Amino acid sequence: MPKSKSAYSIPGKIGKIERHIIVVWVDNEAGVLARIAGLFSGRGYNIESLAVAEVDKKKHISRITIVTEGTPQVIEQINLQLKKLVPVHKVADFKRGEKDILFRELALFKMLANSKRQEKIKKICKKFNPVVLDKTKKSFVIQVTALRAEIDKLALDLKRLGLISTSRTGSVAMTKGAKIFN
Amino acid sequence: MPKLISGAEIVFKALEDQKVEYIFGYPGGAVLPIYDELKNHKSIKHILARHEQGAGHAAEGYARSSGKPGVLLVTSGPGATNAVTALTDAYMDSVPLVCISGQVPTHLIGTDAFQECDTTGITRPCTKHNWLVKDVNDLARVLHLAFEVATTGRPGPVLVDIPKDIQFKKGKYKFTKNSLKKKLNGKAKHKISNKEVDKFIELITKSSKPIFYTGGGVINSGPDASKYLRELVALTGFPITSTLQGLGAYPGDDQQFLGMLGMHGTYEANNAMHDCDLMINIGARFDDRITGKVDEFSPKSKKIHVDIDPSSIGKNIKVDLAIVSDVSELLKNLILRFKEKNKNFLSSNKQKTSKWWEQIDKWRDKKSLNFINSEKIIKPQHAVQRLYELTKDQDTFVTTEVGQHQMWAAQHYKFNKPNRWMTSGGLGTMGYGLPAAIGVQIANPGKLVVDIAGEASVLMTMQEMSTAVQYKLPIKIFILNNEYMGMVRQWQELLHEKNYSESYTAALPDFVKLAESYGCIGIRAKTPDELDKKIKEMIEVDKPVIFDCVVDKSENCFPMIPSGKPHNQMILGPEEEEEISDEGKILV
Repeated sequence: MPKSKSAYSIPGKIGKIERHIIVVWVDNEAGVLARIAGLFSGRGYNIESLAVAEVDKKKHISRITIVTEGTPQVIEQINLQLKKLVPVHKVADFKRGEKDILFRELALFKMLANSKRQEKIKKICKKFNPVVLDKTKKSFVIQVTALRAEIDKLALDLKRLGLISTSRTGSVAMTKGAKIFN
Repeated sequence: MPKLISGAEIVFKALEDQKVEYIFGYPGGAVLPIYDELKNHKSIKHILARHEQGAGHAAEGYARSSGKPGVLLVTSGPGATNAVTALTDAYMDSVPLVCISGQVPTHLIGTDAFQECDTTGITRPCTKHNWLVKDVNDLARVLHLAFEVATTGRPGPVLVDIPKDIQFKKGKYKFTKNSLKKKLNGKAKHKISNKEVDKFIELITKSSKPIFYTGGGVINSGPDASKYLRELVALTGFPITSTLQGLGAYPGDDQQFLGMLGMHGTYEANNAMHDCDLMINIGARFDDRITGKVDEFSPKSKKIHVDIDPSSIGKNIKVDLAIVSDVSELLKNLILRFKEKNKNFLSSNKQKTSKWWEQIDKWRDKKSLNFINSEKIIKPQHAVQRLYELTKDQDTFVTTEVGQHQMWAAQHYKFNKPNRWMTSGGLGTMGYGLPAAIGVQIANPGKLVVDIAGEASVLMTMQEMSTAVQYKLPIKIFILNNEYMGMVRQWQELLHEKNYSESYTAALPDFVKLAESYGCIGIRAKTPDELDKKIKEMIEVDKPVIFDCVVDKSENCFPMIPSGKPHNQMILGPEEEEEISDEGKILV
């Protein structure tokens, strides 16, 4: 055991890191995103991705989906700390890989490609609900929706075929079946 | 159609409806409309501090000694940034504060205007919540909500930022009780189930080596909580120890009380924490000054944790029974059910805990708070002991600064009532005690208020003596003057080969002359012989006093748990100091 006379204790054992998706319902008011993001940075938690938009125009409720990593203890703290914030209504927490939950991310790819190559690209994207949003003789913009890892791989494959710009959202989540979060 | 009134008037209407009697503040350009309105509201008295940090700590002292929220009024820019230390201090120690800050007019926000800063941005991490009010018709609602947030659940500071044009604009005023409680569901109140209470009682009856470990939550829960705590401790016959913030909830001179625990806690309290088989944490948060090395913290015990803040539970230490509740409510329920189920528990259980008490008495025999006294020079511990003996017969309120003197005060001054001990524990703010004493004296006129101080700390907010003199507040600043930043010097002695880098203060002021220049009384004690006489003189003066108690420069604060060590490996005195490893040094 190390001999320490320091004013702070030495770090203890670190638990296993898990990836979680945390969904937060908040009042859509000024500064609310800064409060959430500040809580994460201030307490040293990670944000891997973040998606946010108002989902209830009348009550001004926004739904924030955050992908984060941490030990079970840290994940529990994230949940409890979020619930303490005044504009937060409720918090739902899912472990990555849970069966009854759906995740999706959206990506836009801008490609430099002639029409022959464009067909090839569309074929590669086929599994991921491709939509062509813009098309010229030399270029096109294609939209796909998929899981994070799938988009990662796709972006890598498209690199060779003239990918010049990528724009991605964070993950959004929803439960399967008739059940809703509460 | 309700009458339209100015934003500044709305502020005072809201304060009146919240029954605010005192506001602590400092004027400036962006709050002038509010200061202009002050004269029309006679029930509210403004205390002019000399620095916004001082106003903030005074509001904290007021809140902690009265149980009511403290109110703070500052201007934009530097006014707000100066208040940040006090807000953070209140946030760490769960003190209800409502800070109202002026802001540049709405059309100038974001233009780097004179005395503009992003006040809500800066104070977001050090308040429970904050608001920038951009519509005068929101002002009344926001102000009442602010008071509710500050005082509901785990108390804490809030801030309302009001642009100058909003203070002039006319709007509607309505006193609305907010629906926060409903919205806060889990955040404010939790219904205690019989199942939880029964499990609690079961753990109590099964234990043979129990200990109560209580904290600031008992004080924050109100005077009833201390009453119930005393009743429960008497009913069970169990030993009890307290954190720094919990002192006073249980009588400090009681036989069942083991003294404070933690880094500078007593030998018996820390060993009992380490060896117990049941730890009952009521309103404490397993802070790192308490737990030491987390992996070896009280390894053999079942742990109960009662806390009003769900995020305090399981944050540092895993527990076996967690109850989210207000302390007072839980204890009331628990005592009722306990009495029903376990008649004569005290006598029937005596046998079971007798060995435990024998062990505790053996630890007590070490007399870990002892020190080698001197006839020539005043030992700081001796000074605190004498101060205690000479003030214990009256209802005395004690504040402190931060450092060695703070720990000696906690060790040697015995508190018998809650809300009598105000110290900066979480943030550890040097300069807290003097302004806090001002707030305490305002909330408790006619009572003796003493700031046990160090000469380095007290110089950080010394300007507030002027406030004390202006409002005729007879606070006593009892300085244990060793010319060093004592705790820094102690660590340098133990950790850095006695390289006392920058911890000695040369060119200290003559505190007696300083007192005189402020228009208060200065007293100096240099030898143990004259100490009692001088302390009595200090108590008898009905004026603010700066007491320069010249103490031993090299005294260290013992006992202590070196960090990274479990509770049962304390250093009792200088003779036990060990060699320090390089690994230990990195960790400071």
